[in-house]
Amino acid sequence: SRASSAVLARDNYPLYIRSSPTENELKFHYMVHTSLDVVDEKISAMGKALVDQRELYLGLLYPTEDHKIKYGYVTNSKVKFVMVVDSSNTALRDNEIRSMFRKLHSSYTDVMCNPFYNPGDRIQSRRAFDSMVTSMMVQVC
Amino acid sequence: MEAAAGGGCGSGPPLLLSEGEQQCYSELFARCAGAAGGGPVSGPPEAGRAVPGAVTAAAGTVADLFRASQLPAETLHQITELCGAKRVGYFGPTQFYIALKLIAAAQSGLPVRIESIKCELPLPRFMMSKTDAEIRFGNPAELHGPKAQIPYSVTEKNTFKRMDDEDKQQETQSPTMSPLASPPSSPPHYQRVPLSHGYSKLRSSTEQMHPAPYEARQPLVQPEGPSSGAPGAKPPRHQASLIRSFSVEREPHDNSSNYPEEPWRITEEQREYYINQFRSLQPDPSSFISGSVAKNFFTKSKLSIPELSYIWELSDADCDGALTLPEFCAAFHLIVARKNGYPLPEGLPPTLQPEYLQAAFPKPKRECTLFDSYSESMPANQQPRDLNRMEKLSIKDMADFPVPAQDVTSDDKQEQNKARLALKSTVDEALPKDMSEDPATSKDSNSLKARPRSRSYSSTSIEEAMKRGEDPPTPPPRPQKTHSRASSLDLNKVFQPSVPATKSGLLPPPPALPPRPCPSQSEQASEAEIHPQLNRAPSQAADSSPTKKDTPYSQPPSKPIRRKFRPENSATENQEPSSTVGGPASAATGKPHTAVQKQSSKQKKAIQTAIRKNKEANAVLARLNSELQQQLKEVHQERIALENQLEQLRPVTVL
Repeated sequence: SRASSAVLARDNYPLYIRSSPTENELKFHYMVHTSLDVVDEKISAMGKALVDQRELYLGLLYPTEDHKIKYGYVTNSKVKFVMVVDSSNTALRDNEIRSMFRKLHSSYTDVMCNPFYNPGDRIQSRRAFDSMVTSMMVQVC
Repeated sequence: MEAAAGGGCGSGPPLLLSEGEQQCYSELFARCAGAAGGGPVSGPPEAGRAVPGAVTAAAGTVADLFRASQLPAETLHQITELCGAKRVGYFGPTQFYIALKLIAAAQSGLPVRIESIKCELPLPRFMMSKTDAEIRFGNPAELHGPKAQIPYSVTEKNTFKRMDDEDKQQETQSPTMSPLASPPSSPPHYQRVPLSHGYSKLRSSTEQMHPAPYEARQPLVQPEGPSSGAPGAKPPRHQASLIRSFSVEREPHDNSSNYPEEPWRITEEQREYYINQFRSLQPDPSSFISGSVAKNFFTKSKLSIPELSYIWELSDADCDGALTLPEFCAAFHLIVARKNGYPLPEGLPPTLQPEYLQAAFPKPKRECTLFDSYSESMPANQQPRDLNRMEKLSIKDMADFPVPAQDVTSDDKQEQNKARLALKSTVDEALPKDMSEDPATSKDSNSLKARPRSRSYSSTSIEEAMKRGEDPPTPPPRPQKTHSRASSLDLNKVFQPSVPATKSGLLPPPPALPPRPCPSQSEQASEAEIHPQLNRAPSQAADSSPTKKDTPYSQPPSKPIRRKFRPENSATENQEPSSTVGGPASAATGKPHTAVQKQSSKQKKAIQTAIRKNKEANAVLARLNSELQQQLKEVHQERIALENQLEQLRPVTVL
């Protein structure tokens, strides 16, 4: 099945988008874009001073007719992670998604630690980040 | 045979090589390939072409080798063309061997043509720095010329492990076909044994050869195996001398290990170099370098940002955004390797892991304490010869620094130089890395040392100058302040003269310089002036950089002047700094001569140190002098006019 991940910057432009079967990447781009509205809504609904990780996890964003399920996650610096998984894989539980987001988040922070990475750059096939994401998505599929 | 030969290298005429030839050629090829930037990557890193799966010889090294054969350039060109290297664009084994054969042919006087190599020829002779090599090369020829010949393809395959798997099969064949007396045991076996022997030799000679062709170097070792009579005796010597000649005629790469397939092992000297660099960024070897500092440093290596980012990813094992010493060494090593053409590994090699590095390098602590103990000296574990070299350099620098006029600006330059040196040494491809590292390191640490040293030196001299300046000023008109003009007139004016001097390009005039620097006619005074001038310059430069000379000229000079000669300052002082300069300039000539003489003895020392700069300063000052004379006249006239006015007014007020 398919899985996709995206990392979006604070200003909602994509830093990293990857689908596990790489076709339909454009469609995934579109989905991520549309999900941004939902993410923003959830963020603003959450109010201020929410630093609990629980709130970082936005949960299911919205179902689509394409049987794709999207999950969102936002960091304290308003960097957003969006994951889309194929709904056919219903065995996925909330906790798994959370752990996946946690992994994403930690990998992202590792990327940020690299002084040669300018925040706001595209995450260019970071050896660690990219491989981690793809392996994670493969697990999901 | 041809298809098998060279694993995909270009086509060439089939070659039959004698045993001795094949040994010799394979050694040469190994040497050339060894000097290349890595096995899987063809020759010099700039060569965009990579020949996967084949060992190629660096074009540069090959060119050197060919030139060593002392054939005329056109012959070499012909040979290169004939052997097919031009056609395929690189020197694969086939091409190289053909070329060597052609060289031999040319040296024997045969025309350079493919046909020439079909017959038996003596080995090509190359004039190396080590004459042994030449002899060695010549020797086997006589011995092996008439012997049975081994198919070229087989030998070649035997030589280069990187070729196809057929190698392994063919390897077994070649020994049996060896015409030499005692056939070696299975090639892998004896290759391994002499390999370690060879490596111990390498290590003992403290060479660091390129790791990639280590496998290729096995044939180097082969001669030791087949221990037939004369040839057997010679090849080991041959190899040993070859290795020595390696080290002599071209300083081998330093960026790789002594182990096969381990370009990621850091050698002793490299480690020291890295540690020095680490220290330059962060004095405490046990703490870490922050990300931004490291970024600036590594950016100077001129690798692309993605590569640097990748290297960082590899080396910052704990992903904390900072590099500890082992992490730094690993990163630096990777950068060095990359600069030398190595492809970056997928993962951090085991020898670069921080734990490994930390275990391997327990020294840093010791270095740290020793470093502390030396105020400005090199790290303790520097080689003695480096120590000597550095001391020599430092002494030389000391001598250069007495007049550190541009000290402030030079600091930055020195830092850049140091970094440039650091990177240049890493960037230097292959050859002289080993040797240059030491001078570079020593230069670096030397410049590091020298910088503070110069500063201290200059600062002490400045202080001295300041002191000398300060003392005399207090007693008022002691003209002896070394101003030949000086004295009775405003010292302000004395100082001012120097302003124009600076305009002419000198450093901010010594106005600061106390009395000494008499910018006027007396040479002594001027010399002394220059010295303190320059010494003062740094102190002033800190505040007012030389660039400010032109505009606020009057101001900086006037400040010190005021400071120094407060009592001197009178009404007319600051009217026109330049004009006042003119005033004292000429007027003071006559009077303070005696006073000047008193001080001249004091000044002599200062003068002597500044004698170097004398010429320029004198010329400038002479010009200045004339200008000032002019100004002095004007000022005099003004003064007279003012006095007249005053007198005219006086009676009025009295009334």
